[in-house]
Amino acid sequence: MLTLQLATHANVPTYVQIVQQVRQALLAGVLRPGDRLPTVKDVVAELAINPNTVLKAYRELEREGLVEARQGVGTFALRRPDGPPPATQLALGRSLARWVVKARAAGFDDAGIESLVRSTLLSATDEAIA
Amino acid sequence: MTPAAVTTEQLGKRYGQRTGRTKWALRDCTLEVPEGRICGLVGANGAGKTTLLKLLVGLARPTTGSVQVLGRAPGDDPAFLRDVGYLAQEVPLYRRWTAADHLAMGAHLNPVWDAAPTRQRLLDLDIPLDQRVGTMSGGQRAQVALALALGKRPRVLLLDEPVAALDPLARREFLATLGAAVAEAEGSLTVVLSSHLVSDLERICDHLVVLAESRTLLADDLDDVVASHRLLTAPRRDPGPIERQHTVLRTEQTPRQTSLWVRLDGPLHDPTWHSDPLSLEDIVLAYLGQRSRTTAELSTVIGGVR
Repeated sequence: MLTLQLATHANVPTYVQIVQQVRQALLAGVLRPGDRLPTVKDVVAELAINPNTVLKAYRELEREGLVEARQGVGTFALRRPDGPPPATQLALGRSLARWVVKARAAGFDDAGIESLVRSTLLSATDEAIA
Repeated sequence: MTPAAVTTEQLGKRYGQRTGRTKWALRDCTLEVPEGRICGLVGANGAGKTTLLKLLVGLARPTTGSVQVLGRAPGDDPAFLRDVGYLAQEVPLYRRWTAADHLAMGAHLNPVWDAAPTRQRLLDLDIPLDQRVGTMSGGQRAQVALALALGKRPRVLLLDEPVAALDPLARREFLATLGAAVAEAEGSLTVVLSSHLVSDLERICDHLVVLAESRTLLADDLDDVVASHRLLTAPRRDPGPIERQHTVLRTEQTPRQTSLWVRLDGPLHDPTWHSDPLSLEDIVLAYLGQRSRTTAELSTVIGGVR
């Protein structure tokens, strides 16, 4: 069963966080076509968030064709979103883990790593535009 | 568009007419809460939150303006009272009664009563039904009170600072119970709750009303609120062009930099301003910090939101 988490003060709306986590779970194969997503009530009781927020996230996923709501039964995963296959994900994840070990050994803390990743992503985007 | 569960129009309440020392507890309050929402009511102490809730449940009569809950004027007719639940700030329970005694009272006093689900709700929370509520923890007492309020299957539930006295874990559990009840009702239960804890409201609410100095400053969908407010920064300059197009809630000028807390009333055309998102807490503080503004300015703020 998929467990959703919530980062507060992330400046990312809650429903967007849910959409991203479900999409990521589908990409990584944690959630497979046919699997049932947690019910709105389960998510709300677990995270103490607004039910309409969960509905909004599930509707967005439905609009993207990734899940399907079946009347009175629940919401089910429909297909994997376009993206790198799980093997690629796994390989990239492993090399990132090795990099994180190196960064920690060099004295970076989590905040330092995050800000380095963010600034690298930003400058990489700039290069792509330029 | 879903119909509104709660509508107020220029609603005002003045106290103290008999003593001659009159004071407005609420003024010019115009808002709409769509059905099925959880609406957070935030504002400084004395901003009129309790007065507004009392007007909604019919415990106070309007001095000016009008109020409608589920299309009716609040009052003590049985049809209205059947549909509306209200939990006052002080959690009014009989301390020497057990939880089971309270459930029996609920079953006796209400024409509609969800006996089994209400009992189960308390059992699921490990609340001993045969224990006197006076010896329970604050969190357990709040859960008993909430179960009583939900037991009558209300269509509108009004909660005055329900979590103010609770520790973080009890608060989370209370809000989870509340959210689950709203999920179960599938759009037929509307909640209005007041709280100082913006981080709680940010999680559980999808609609927000900000009151300050007894006036409504903001009443809107929560995602829209967060999306439309920005912090604009730039090397020191005249904020005039922004002020003419948008609603500036707060201005800070240093010799080098100008910072504006802004509600965007349209697209931001000038790309030389650096635009950052604001947290809900920052947005609420920006509204509460602009109390010194004149009435005319405030009504433009409200006018833009509606």
